[in-house]
Formats: sequence, structure tokens, C-alpha cells
Amino acid sequence: MASPSPKKQTNVPSMVKLSGIRKSFTDVEVVKGVDLDIGKGEFFSLLGPSGCGKTTLLRMIAGFESANEGIISINGEQMNKVDANERPTNMVFQSYAIFPHLNVAQNVAYGLKKLGLSKDEMKKKVDEMLKLVDLDGYQERQSYALSGGQRQRVALARALIMEPKVLLLDEPLSALDKKLREHMQQELRRLQRTLGITFILVTHDQEEALIMSDRIAVMFDGKIAQVGTPREIYERPVSQRVASFIGVMNFLKGDLNGKTEKGISITSDMFGEIMLDANQMPSPLEPGAVTIGIRPEMMSVLYRDSDAADNRLTVKVTSVDYYGDMTFYAVSIPKSENHLSVCMRNTVGRHVYQLDDDIVIGWSNASMVVLR
Amino acid sequence: MSAVGTLRSKIKSSVPGWRLIGGPFLFGFLLLLTPLLLMILLSFWTQNYLKLDRTFTINNYVEVFSHPVYFTLIKRSLNISLLVTLTTVLLAFPVAYYISFYGGKRKAFLLFLITIPFWTSYLLRIFLWKIILGYNGVINSGLMSLNIIEEPLSFILYNSNAVVLALAHAYAPFAILPIFVSLEKIDRSLLEAGRDLGDSALRSFFHITLPLAMPGLIAAALIIFIPTIGDYVTPRLVGGTDGLMIANMIQVQFSKANNAPLGTALAIVSLSIVVFISLLFILINRRYLRRQV
Repeated sequence: MASPSPKKQTNVPSMVKLSGIRKSFTDVEVVKGVDLDIGKGEFFSLLGPSGCGKTTLLRMIAGFESANEGIISINGEQMNKVDANERPTNMVFQSYAIFPHLNVAQNVAYGLKKLGLSKDEMKKKVDEMLKLVDLDGYQERQSYALSGGQRQRVALARALIMEPKVLLLDEPLSALDKKLREHMQQELRRLQRTLGITFILVTHDQEEALIMSDRIAVMFDGKIAQVGTPREIYERPVSQRVASFIGVMNFLKGDLNGKTEKGISITSDMFGEIMLDANQMPSPLEPGAVTIGIRPEMMSVLYRDSDAADNRLTVKVTSVDYYGDMTFYAVSIPKSENHLSVCMRNTVGRHVYQLDDDIVIGWSNASMVVLR
Repeated sequence: MSAVGTLRSKIKSSVPGWRLIGGPFLFGFLLLLTPLLLMILLSFWTQNYLKLDRTFTINNYVEVFSHPVYFTLIKRSLNISLLVTLTTVLLAFPVAYYISFYGGKRKAFLLFLITIPFWTSYLLRIFLWKIILGYNGVINSGLMSLNIIEEPLSFILYNSNAVVLALAHAYAPFAILPIFVSLEKIDRSLLEAGRDLGDSALRSFFHITLPLAMPGLIAAALIIFIPTIGDYVTPRLVGGTDGLMIANMIQVQFSKANNAPLGTALAIVSLSIVVFISLLFILINRRYLRRQV
């Protein structure tokens, strides 16, 4: 398996650099050799299913866990031997970890106490920070009287007031309801842009990662499967696993014939031999059996014979899921066990098909991606 | 539904409620409140050798407050029980802390070990202290055979220190358990958050662990303070003459002195002091409890 090299955005100086990180708990290895280079001022997400090691990785950056192997450096300094309380990182915990015996202002000022600021300076900083997270006027509020969203803001303010080089966020939005979560996603993104601090977000929510991040590392089983911008991850996944974790993808069987100057040549029962652009194969593969992936929204129902499409197929509708703005069709290909899903935006006058309708679907060559 | 039906269903739904508390209420009324009220009544009467003079008088209370011996005994009882409370809580805290933070998989086993002293009767445990601390006891003979001392130490038994020691040992589990529970309740991510914000181990202990464990500490203090102030067996067995406490005096009034009214007056006065101090504890505790969700 060719692991993608830890690339970073061009010309961005490195902030967090992980090389060869391994970590075991008792005899279970949870992080199995991770290399990452996270740039300064980047909003970086570690995305993966629960148990993939993403939180452990974050906790190693914070200093709560020590790596069994590998080097962690932050801003060019090696951090392996540096204690959590000395690292230039601060964390927003999944449970928020708001001190229950302190009020909002005391919570936010907690880390400032040992810096030896005067009372006025401290108050000024706390007030500014609370304004930044939209909690001005809540200074004296007891922590038990806060809602989930407010607790989250307090946790954020408490970490940001320390002016960390890197802010670590451990699934900070998972406990919020959908509306609030969406609002906080925007808010976090705005904060990160204004402050220019490197954010590292751990999440299992692919949509959240896509919306918020500059770059995403997708993790499975303690390893990084792919690193890239949201578009790279979504449009050019390197494997079926990454593709299915980030949304839905249709997979067709095909053969890779080879790579030429003009691009890559693939063959499939469904459309014969075609040429694709070289970048439609995100990770280099050997000629032979491959998988061809197409996102449901890249396929369309052809309502008229005259509708143009590089490839077309007559299929039978096996299920219809109406989402209001979209309709998802599951369709079966005749004389094949393959099922595809097609998603159409609902517009004025557009027909919504029923079960067992025969429809024609089409897609362009450019929408296909060749993967493992 | 008809009016009768509504009434019937009302009665029906209220039946389980009073039935549920009826038993305990009767129990409490007959065995706690009634004796207490009788005691208060008795404290206002006078014992005339064999007969009880039922005319109302506050002479017993005057006697309690005017005689220095009672004041000395109450003061000593307070001192001893506060000392026991302090010693026990201070010694129990590290034990509870260790079990909660470093107990790991052995937590349940360690808690089980703490309950082992309860397998022996309280009286026997106090007697054991006599064997350990006595003139020819374990400590003295041990130190003598090691030639560290030439004659047995006499200050280790039959005084108030021995009472404190025996009581602190007897009440240790009562302190360890509530403190353990309050430590267990502390969300460990709070301590990590403290560390993340630059806390040293010591600072995080004093700023997070200790304040959050306070309800447990105060509960432990109450649990020890209330019964020890009225303890009567321990001072009797290991206290000697200067280790005697107010409960011993109350017992003397009821038996040898045959002056139950004075005994009850003494009991009521000590009870009031205990209630007053307990209320103080509870007030402090409420300050801490209110903050915890």
C-alpha cells in the first residue's frame, strides 16, 4: 500500500510536525506510524471513525499521552519531553471540562492566573475574550447555569485567552444540536481566520470536516489513509474506504490498461475503453482490476433523449428517498447485481420518479475517479 | 367521570404515598421523636431520691451551666471529637485519593479491604488498642526488647490521646468512603484542562481536586464528628481519668448518681451543641454542593 506522503500547502511554514508516531495502550496499538505536517495558520482536521486513533493523536500533540515512537515538534521545537502544561497548545475538550466550582470569568481567567497579571489587565483580557466568543455579560454566570453552546464558548475562550500557537479541538461540536452545531462551525471558522492560529480539529463528522477545514487527514485503524484539501478528499479519494467515509460513492468494476502521455486508459463492460485525465487516478495504481468511483450527484437522470452525456445507461428505480431539496434514487442495472445511487436536485417541474420506473441515467467521463 | 369516581381515584392514587412513608414515619415518631420529647420533659423535672418531682424547673440547666465540671467535660468532648475528626479526615484523604486515582482495576478490592475492620465488633477493636498501647502491651514490650526504652511508657494509654487514636482508627472507613465517592465524581478531563492551562500538579490539586472533593470531606467530617462527640465506650476503656467525656457523665447521672433529669439536661445541652456545629458544616457544604451539577 502506497501511503500518501505528508505534503503540506505550498509556502506555509510548518507548525506541527509528526514523524513516525506510534502509540500502544497495554498491548493494543492505536496509532501505527503517523507522519503529518500541519502548516502555520491552517485549519486542519483529523477525520475518522471512532477508534481510529485520531483523539489519541490529538492528545499526544497536547502532551496528555506520550508517543511510544516518533517525534512531535511544534513550531520547530521537539515536544516529546515537554509536559502538557509547558506546551504552546491549548485544548477544547469534548466534554468542555468547564470547572464547575468557578463562574464564567473565573473559568476563562484560570490559565492567566500564573502569568502574574494585575487584576485590571486580567479583567480586560477576560472581557475581550468573552466579547470575541459572544458571551459578554456572562462574566458572573455560574457554570452550571450555562447551556451546551455557552459551555462550548467558555471552553473556547478559556483556551484562546492563553494565545496558544495551536488550538486543539476534540470533537467540540458533537454534543450540540444540529442548528447550533452548524452555527458554531461558521463561528469557529470565522475565529480561526481572524486570529490566524493553527486549529487542529478531531471529528468523525465528514460534513463538518469538509465545511471547516483547509486540509483534512482521513484516518483508519491508526493510520492516515489520505491527506488533502476538502475537494481533493471528496473528489479524488484514493480508496473505496475513504470515498465511502466521505459521503456516498458508486463503485463500478473496471480495468486499468495503462498510463500514457494523454492520460490513463480504462475499460469497463459498461462503457468500453475510454481515456481519463491523469489526475483522475489520485494514487498511482498498477495496471489490472481497479474500481471506478462516481459520486451520486455527478450522475444525472436524463429526462430527454437529447440530453447530452458521455455515458448513458437504462436502469430500474428500486427506491426513492425524497429529501425536499434533493431526491435520491437507488437504481439497479439490468442483468447485473450492481446498484447505483443517483441524486437529483428538485426544481420546478422536474419529475420525481416512482418505484420500478425505467429511467436513463448519464454521467461524464470527467466525473469518474479511479481508485483501489 | 363522576364526582365519586374522581374522588375514588384521588384516594387510590394517594394511597401508595402515605403507605410508603407511613411505616418509617411511625417508626421515627415512636422511637426517635417521642423519646426526645420525653427527655426534654424530664430535663425540666427534679429527682428527689426515689420520687420524681414533676413541677417545672430550670434548675437542671442552671446546674449544668454553673458547675465547671460539666463545662470542662463538654469542652473536652468537643476537643477530642474535633481532633478525631481532623485526624481521621486528614489520614483518610490520602487513602481515598490513592484508591480513586491509582486504584485501577483493584479499586473494588481495596474498598473491600477497608471494610474488613467491621468484621470484628467495635468493642473488641477498642480492647485491641488496650493490648497494643498497654503497660505490658505490644508497643511497650517491643520498644523494651529493642532496648529503646528502659521502662514502659505510661503516656500512651489511659488519656485523651489514646481516645483520639482509637476513635480515629474506628471511624476511618466512614471518612474514606464519602471522600472516595467525591473524588470519583471529579471528571478527570477537568484535571487535564487544568494541566492544559499550565497547572503544576500541586496547583491543580489545590485549585481543582480539593474544592471539588470538599462536599465529601465535609460529609466525612460530619459523619465522624456527630457520633464521636457522644462516644462513651472508648473513653471508658482507654481514656483513663482525663480522657472521660460528657457521655460518661451523662451515664453516671442516669445510673450511679440516680439523677436522670440532670442527665437529660446534660444530654439536651450537648445535643444542641452538636446540632449547632452540624448546621455550620451543612451550611458550608451547601456552598460547595450548589456549584456542582
